Amino acid sequence: MNVITDHLSEFGHGLLLTAELTLLSLAGALVAGTVVASMRVSPVRVLRAAGMAYVEVLQNVPLLVWLVLAVFGLPEIGLMTGLFTTSVVVISLYQGAYTAEAVRSGINAVPAGQGEAARALGLTFTQSLRLVVLPQGLRTVVQPLGNIAIMTLMNTAMAAAVGVVELTAAANRVNLAEATPIWIFVTAGLAYMALSGLFGLVTGALERKWAILR
Amino acid sequence: MIEVRGLHKRFGGHTALRDVDLDVARGEVVVVIGPSGSGKSTLCRCLNRLETPDAGTVRIDGEELPEEGRALARLRADVGMVFQSFNLFQHKTVLQNLTLAPTRVRGLPRDEAERDARELLGRVGIGTQADKLPAQLSGGQQQRAAIARALAMRPKAMLFDEPTSALDPEMVGEVLDVMTDLARDGMTMVVVTHEMGFARQVADRVVFMADGEVVETGTPSAFFDSPATDRARDFLAKVLSH
Ligand SMILES: Nc1ncnc2c1ncn2[C@@H]1O[C@H](COP(=O)(O)OP(=O)(O)OP(=O)(O)O)[C@@H](O)[C@H]1O
Ligand SMILES: [Mg+2]
Repeated sequence: MNVITDHLSEFGHGLLLTAELTLLSLAGALVAGTVVASMRVSPVRVLRAAGMAYVEVLQNVPLLVWLVLAVFGLPEIGLMTGLFTTSVVVISLYQGAYTAEAVRSGINAVPAGQGEAARALGLTFTQSLRLVVLPQGLRTVVQPLGNIAIMTLMNTAMAAAVGVVELTAAANRVNLAEATPIWIFVTAGLAYMALSGLFGLVTGALERKWAILR
Repeated sequence: MIEVRGLHKRFGGHTALRDVDLDVARGEVVVVIGPSGSGKSTLCRCLNRLETPDAGTVRIDGEELPEEGRALARLRADVGMVFQSFNLFQHKTVLQNLTLAPTRVRGLPRDEAERDARELLGRVGIGTQADKLPAQLSGGQQQRAAIARALAMRPKAMLFDEPTSALDPEMVGEVLDVMTDLARDGMTMVVVTHEMGFARQVADRVVFMADGEVVETGTPSAFFDSPATDRARDFLAKVLSH
């Protein structure tokens, strides 16, 4: 047990970075996903096609490949961003593709009459989506979005491979010094479980709070 | 006020509207009746372009309805619509349902929009329900709220697509009363309905549709007492025998 207590600050820093990566990426994924889902239901054909292309391209290449590509590719085109920032952006865009699919199914679950009533009142397509359809659609997909949040948390471990010292990388470093992998990685695993348990609780609470009476 | 010329609408191979002409004068109440599938809803939805016609034109107050976009939204703001299934925004209170469009489309300040909304809710007899969610209201109350929501935009005309068809019988009257008051106040109205009593008493003109065409049009007394076509006679024999 000493290996853990001796390295609490490393674990703490790693955990903090994991939490930051997750929350920032989640916020980014929610924005990207909502924008892309809106494009996919828009009356403009070009936007629909672009939205679909986004989802297909992002989902069909592994996250690790995107991360490595970004970390080595962005400096080539003159974009010098830090490893942490690059990871947040890449994970956001990647998880954004999955978020877009969840949000789109939420939009489709809203009765067509809601959008029609909004447009009949003079709201533009964008306004009716933003003010009437999305607020209802998002509430119906809290559970799938919660699963995406947990998937995002797990996927932040990929950032370890490009040099971000988040929880998994921190555990790995401690292990290089102490060589007691079982204890160290069980601890890291429990920390991930605790975080995802937290997400589960938040998801459940939001779902109850936002249940729509019909 | 409303001027429809040569309206055509197809759904796949099925023609829902065939060369429909219709004029509605300012302050006139036109009731559209006809058998199921005759194109009444489609006509109603073409009047504010919720359905895009394949040919023909619709003019509202002299202006032709444009393609989807800002200009169309602006014209729609002047034409209220009431649906069979109410379509109140489920995530907003009744009051918020009424203030959404006036604040977002007309740019009305919130307090002014709320004052108008409360007054309108009072007018349709549900002043005490303002802060409830739509699902907490009865069907008749929801439909009256939906009418108030449309009126909150101060429309030049109102479209009703079978506003009482989804209601329990005991609630039909309260909604028809609101519509009757509206007609008495001079609102221009197009009403698709199966309520023959309402048509007879409130309509200035009845339009009878069948198979996507306007078959007959006339004053309620002329139409109900001496229909000119066989199809109208058949239809009336069926609906009035109940
Ligand atoms: N979105 C659609 N897609 C395909 N066909 C449609 C669509 N909307 C209407 N139709 C068809 O067009 C025809 C006219 O429909 P419409 O709803 O206008 O009739 P209606 O007179 O309102 O009938 P009801 O009294 O049953 O409401 C019907 O045959 C219907 O099946
Ligand atoms: Mg209909």
